[in-house]
Amino acid sequence: MATAETSRLESLRNRSAALGAGSTPIVMLLLVAVAVALLVGSLRSATFAQLTVQGLAVGSVYGSLALALVLVYRATHVVNFAQGELAMATTYIAYQLIQWGLSYWEAFFATLAIAFLLGTVLEVTLIRPVLHRSVIAAVIVTVGLFVLIDGVVDWIWGGDFKFMPSPFGTRIYHVGSVSIARLYIGMFVVVIISVLLVWALFRFTKLGLGMRAAALRPAEAAFVGVRVEWMLALGWGLAALLGAVAGLMAEPSQFTLEPTLMQPILVYAFAAAVLGGLDSPAGAVVGGLLIGVALNLMVQYVPAITSELQAPTAFAVILAVLLIKPSGLFGHREVRRV
Amino acid sequence: MRSRILVLFSLAVVAAVLCLLPFILSDYNVSLVAQVGIFFMAVLGLDILTGYSGQISIGHGAFMCIGGYTTAVLSRDHNTNLFVTMLIAFAICFVVGLLVGLPALRLSGAYLALVTFALAVSVPQLPLKWSSFLGGRDGVQTSEAAQQTATNLWVYGVAWAASAILFVLAWLILRGRVGRAFRAVRDSEIAAVASGVELPVYKTLAFGISAAFAGVAGSLFVLANNGFAAPDEFGIFLSLQILIGAAVAGLGSLWGVLVGAAFVGLLPSVSSSVPVIGSAHGQDVVFGAAVILVMLVLPEGFAGLVARLRKLAGA
Repeated sequence: MATAETSRLESLRNRSAALGAGSTPIVMLLLVAVAVALLVGSLRSATFAQLTVQGLAVGSVYGSLALALVLVYRATHVVNFAQGELAMATTYIAYQLIQWGLSYWEAFFATLAIAFLLGTVLEVTLIRPVLHRSVIAAVIVTVGLFVLIDGVVDWIWGGDFKFMPSPFGTRIYHVGSVSIARLYIGMFVVVIISVLLVWALFRFTKLGLGMRAAALRPAEAAFVGVRVEWMLALGWGLAALLGAVAGLMAEPSQFTLEPTLMQPILVYAFAAAVLGGLDSPAGAVVGGLLIGVALNLMVQYVPAITSELQAPTAFAVILAVLLIKPSGLFGHREVRRV
Repeated sequence: MRSRILVLFSLAVVAAVLCLLPFILSDYNVSLVAQVGIFFMAVLGLDILTGYSGQISIGHGAFMCIGGYTTAVLSRDHNTNLFVTMLIAFAICFVVGLLVGLPALRLSGAYLALVTFALAVSVPQLPLKWSSFLGGRDGVQTSEAAQQTATNLWVYGVAWAASAILFVLAWLILRGRVGRAFRAVRDSEIAAVASGVELPVYKTLAFGISAAFAGVAGSLFVLANNGFAAPDEFGIFLSLQILIGAAVAGLGSLWGVLVGAAFVGLLPSVSSSVPVIGSAHGQDVVFGAAVILVMLVLPEGFAGLVARLRKLAGA
C-alpha cells in the first residue's frame, strides 16, 4: 500500500509538470530516434521529404482532433464520439458564413467562437445531466449526437459536395529538389499555433489552472473555490474549438466539404489519442503527427500494405504499442488503492 | 416462487406474440421484426461481455461481419446447408473472440473501447484486400438455392428460434459457475482473483461467447439482406447500433435486451417515414435525438427503469 501511495503522489507530480515530462526516458529516446530517421531520410530523398511534410500536415489535423478528445476525456472521463461530427458541423458553419460574404479568415475566427459556445452549451445541456449518474450513458449520448449532427447537417446543407475557397492559395515552394505545397505548411502552422495557445492557456493563466484542478481533483478544487462545473463546460468548449480548427484545416486537404469529412479523421484521432495516452495532451499531438507521417510513408515504401490495409496496419501497430505500454506512450497508469 | 412463475408466464407471452405476428403483419413488417431478432442476438452477446464481465466492446459489428461472410462464402463455394453455416459462424467467431480477448486482458476502460472500435473499422476493410476470395467492394452473394430458401418468413422464424436458443444458452451460462465468475470479475478483479477466479480464462471466455453470439447474428443479418455480404453493410454504424441497443437495454439485464434490440432494430426504419424532415436525414435526426432522450431520461437503460419500478412496488 505504501508503494501505491508514493506512485500516486509521483503521478500527480508528473501530471503537473510541463509538456512531455512524465513519459519514460525510453519513449523520449525512441521519439528522438524517429525524428532523426525522418530528418536523414528527408535529406537523402526528395520524395521522402515531401511525404514527410505532407504527413506532418495531415498528422497535425489528427493531432488537434485527438487533443480535443483528450481534453474532454481528462475533464469528464467521456470518450466523445461526436467530436469529429461537431468539427464537421462547424466547418459547414464556416462555409455558410463565407457564402454570406465574410472573408475566409473572418469566417475562421467567427466559427471558432461559435464552436466554443456550441461545445459549452452541449456540455451543460446534454452531458452534465447524465454524467453524475453514469459515464457510459454520457458516452452513449455522444454516440447519439454523432447520428443527430450527421442528420441535421444533411438536412440543412444536403449531402452533396460543397467547395470552400482555399485559405492558403495553391502556391508550391521549391527547396532544392523538394516541392512543398503552401497548403501543407499553412495547415501545420495554424494547427500548431492553436495547440500552443491552448497549452499556454492551461499552463500560464489562472483560468487554465482552475480547469486543470477541476479535471484532476474535482472535490479538492471545489473546496478551494474553483467552479468545477463551469470549468468542465469550458473544457468542452475549448475541445470543440480545437475540433473546429481540425475541421477547417482538414477541408482544404480533402478539397471538398461533405458530411463524412471527419469520419476517417476521427478514427485516426482516436488512434492518436490512444497511442499518446488518453490523459496526455502532448501525447495526443505527438501521436497524431506520428500516425500522419507513418501512414504516408507506409503506403509508399511498404508495397504489401495497399491503401485498404492502411487502417488495419496502423491499428495493429498501435495495439502492439499498447500491449507494451497499456496506457499509451505518455499516459499515466491509473493506480488505485484496494 | 411467485417471481419464477411470473418470468415463465412473460416468456410464454413473448413467444406466443412472436409466433402470431407473421399471420398479422405484412411481409415488409415481418422482415423488420426479424431484424429485431437479429439485433437481439448481437445485443445479448454484448450484454454478456459488458453487463456481466465488465469489459466493453464498441466493435461487435466486426464479429457480425465475420459471421456474415462465413455464411456467404460457404454458401457461395460449397452450397452448405444454411444452419450448418450458422454453427460454423458461431465456432469461428468464438475463436476470433478468444483471440481478441487475449490482448484485451492488458487493456481496460476507454483503451479497450477504442481498440475494439479500431476492430470495427479494420475488419470490413479486409474483404477489399483479399477481393478474389471475399468479393471486394462488390461483396459476396449466397448460392441461388440459399436465396430461394431464405425468404423473409424463413429469416424471421430462424432468427427468433436462434434468439430463443441463445437466450436459453446465455441463461444457462450466466446462472451457474461461469456467470458467477463473470460477475465477480466485473465487480472487482482483485477480489475475484483472491477468491480463486482465473481472470485470464474467464475474461477471454466472455469475449469468445459474446463474439459467437454476434457471429450468428451476422449470419442471419446477411441472409436477411437477400444473402448479400458487402463491406458497406458492416460499417461503424452497425457497431454503434449494437452498443446503443445494449445501453438502452441497461447492462446486466437479459430482459432489457428485448427492448434494446427493438429500439435499434425498429426505430431507424420507422423514423425514416417522419414527414416533416424527409426520409434520408429524418432517420438520423429522429434516431439520434431518441438515443439522447432515452439516455437523459433513463441513464441506466430499461433495466434501471425495471429496478426502480420494482423498488416502488416493494416499498
